[in-house]
Amino acid sequence: MTPNVVNFIYLVAGVLFILGIKGLTKPKTAVRGNLLSALGMLLAVVITFLNISNVDYTYVIAGVAVGSIIGGVMALRIQMTSMPQMVALLNGFGGGASLTIALAEYFTTLGAAPTSFVDMLAPMAVDTSAFGIGAEGTFALTAIGLTVLIGAVTLTGSLVAFSKLQELMKKSYGLPGGPIGNGILFIAALFAIGSVVVDPGNMAGMLAIVGLGLLLGLFLVMPIGGADMPVVIALLNSYSGIAAALAGFILGNTVLIIAGSLVGTSGLILTQIMCVAMNRSLTNVLFGKMAPGGEEIDADEIYAGKVTSAQPEEIAMMLEVAKRVVIVPGYGMAMAQAQHAVRELADAMEAKGIEVEYGIHPVAGRMPGHMNVLLAEAEVPYDKLVEMDRINPTFEDTDMVIVIGANDVTNPMARDVEGSPIYGMPILNVDKARNVVVIKRSLSPGFAGLPNPLFAMNHTLMVYGDGKKAVVEMTTALNQA
Amino acid sequence: MEVLILLLALFVLSLFLGVELITKVPPTLHTPLMSGTNAVSGITLVGALLAAGTDGSPMLVNILGFIAVTFATINVVGGYLVTNRMLAMFKRK
Repeated sequence: MTPNVVNFIYLVAGVLFILGIKGLTKPKTAVRGNLLSALGMLLAVVITFLNISNVDYTYVIAGVAVGSIIGGVMALRIQMTSMPQMVALLNGFGGGASLTIALAEYFTTLGAAPTSFVDMLAPMAVDTSAFGIGAEGTFALTAIGLTVLIGAVTLTGSLVAFSKLQELMKKSYGLPGGPIGNGILFIAALFAIGSVVVDPGNMAGMLAIVGLGLLLGLFLVMPIGGADMPVVIALLNSYSGIAAALAGFILGNTVLIIAGSLVGTSGLILTQIMCVAMNRSLTNVLFGKMAPGGEEIDADEIYAGKVTSAQPEEIAMMLEVAKRVVIVPGYGMAMAQAQHAVRELADAMEAKGIEVEYGIHPVAGRMPGHMNVLLAEAEVPYDKLVEMDRINPTFEDTDMVIVIGANDVTNPMARDVEGSPIYGMPILNVDKARNVVVIKRSLSPGFAGLPNPLFAMNHTLMVYGDGKKAVVEMTTALNQA
Repeated sequence: MEVLILLLALFVLSLFLGVELITKVPPTLHTPLMSGTNAVSGITLVGALLAAGTDGSPMLVNILGFIAVTFATINVVGGYLVTNRMLAMFKRK
């Protein structure tokens, strides 16, 4: 097959990827978009498969078989509440694939590969023009080095993100010196890349890029807490795309560049959206701690004697006279697997003629759009899931807001208390509603570690206990009324 | 060098196109967008096939190729399937 035919098919595949993402701009066209994108992938893979020659098919077919089984089982068995973990793992595999491609290409072009670890440490005399002459060679080696570095960071960073989301790793560890330690690792990695560019036979340098990249991924993500995971996952998503695009430069492959840069921008834009929704810069999320408040805010002072609690049955009685209710879900709803129970409560309310909508904060949950997927799983129509900017003006005409498992994103201190660590973060103005019900296990603070004055307001009622159980009890009481 | 410039042009234009496309995706579909782009980044499977090594390649290259093909296939198969599963839930109504 001529290279022209192959490249033409790659172009078709690239167009299908673009149409696929375009399909995702509307829920109605999204399924078709995903299928178009998959068709593009099939075309690109099949044409490549037909075009490669002399390949040792044992390894290729074994890889496709193992990968299909693992990917298929993961995709079909994963719970919707665990989607952040799944995406974290996929990011990691994407990074890992680019990492290994770059290494394989490096050793192939070098025309030699070490057979033992000791081999790697000895410098090797090679034909320095193997990677291209002059600027071309420099570019090729830089691309290989960067792909290895970004691929390695994405691999271990994503595995750490996965362990944190799966709660296998509960504490936060960091390098001494925090950002400075990471900075030193990064600069060392750049030096290692430089050493390989200058002397392509320097396999120890290549080994150093791999090692430093893997460490950097670990130490970048380990200090970051759970509620900042939406940013981390989006950023790693972006890295996996950038690594794929760079791999495209190494192989001179057009479709890798198109697909990789689409994924790279997608991740970056989501990262940006998440940062804006938390009113924090990316540097602050990655390296900073939340700024300590001007003076220590005493939770007891805010809550003392002012918090009113209620039973689910009492809430049901109040709901009977309500006309409009907004449900505000957070990560707690995912933890309690309460999405189906919440839908049933909404059904019961709608049966009584109450208008029900859901207010979704961009960083609710552990990844962008987490709440939407959970509620879609519970068969909540997507037009009832209203984003922050559109739901906020409606709270004043809302009889009751039911907050389930959300905390910081409803904290009025972010709006009212200048100097508070979360000041300036856009929130859902649930306190503007006539009544607020907060379903929560206790008064414990959210990720920001701050007390929430919302809980102590006159028109707020706390329902303590398991989210799912409380919602089910409300539904039962409402249905009996 | 000429090829390199063309590839660079493709890269830069794709970045701009990406920004235009992604900013139009509504927040409600952000999770399927992430898993869907994970699947797209499985395009590294093409790269993995090209880099997988030939009959005469050193063992290390074959092993690296095998790992690359496995990882990329997980992304392709897992990514598209799970995205389809999620989007079907959005479509139901």
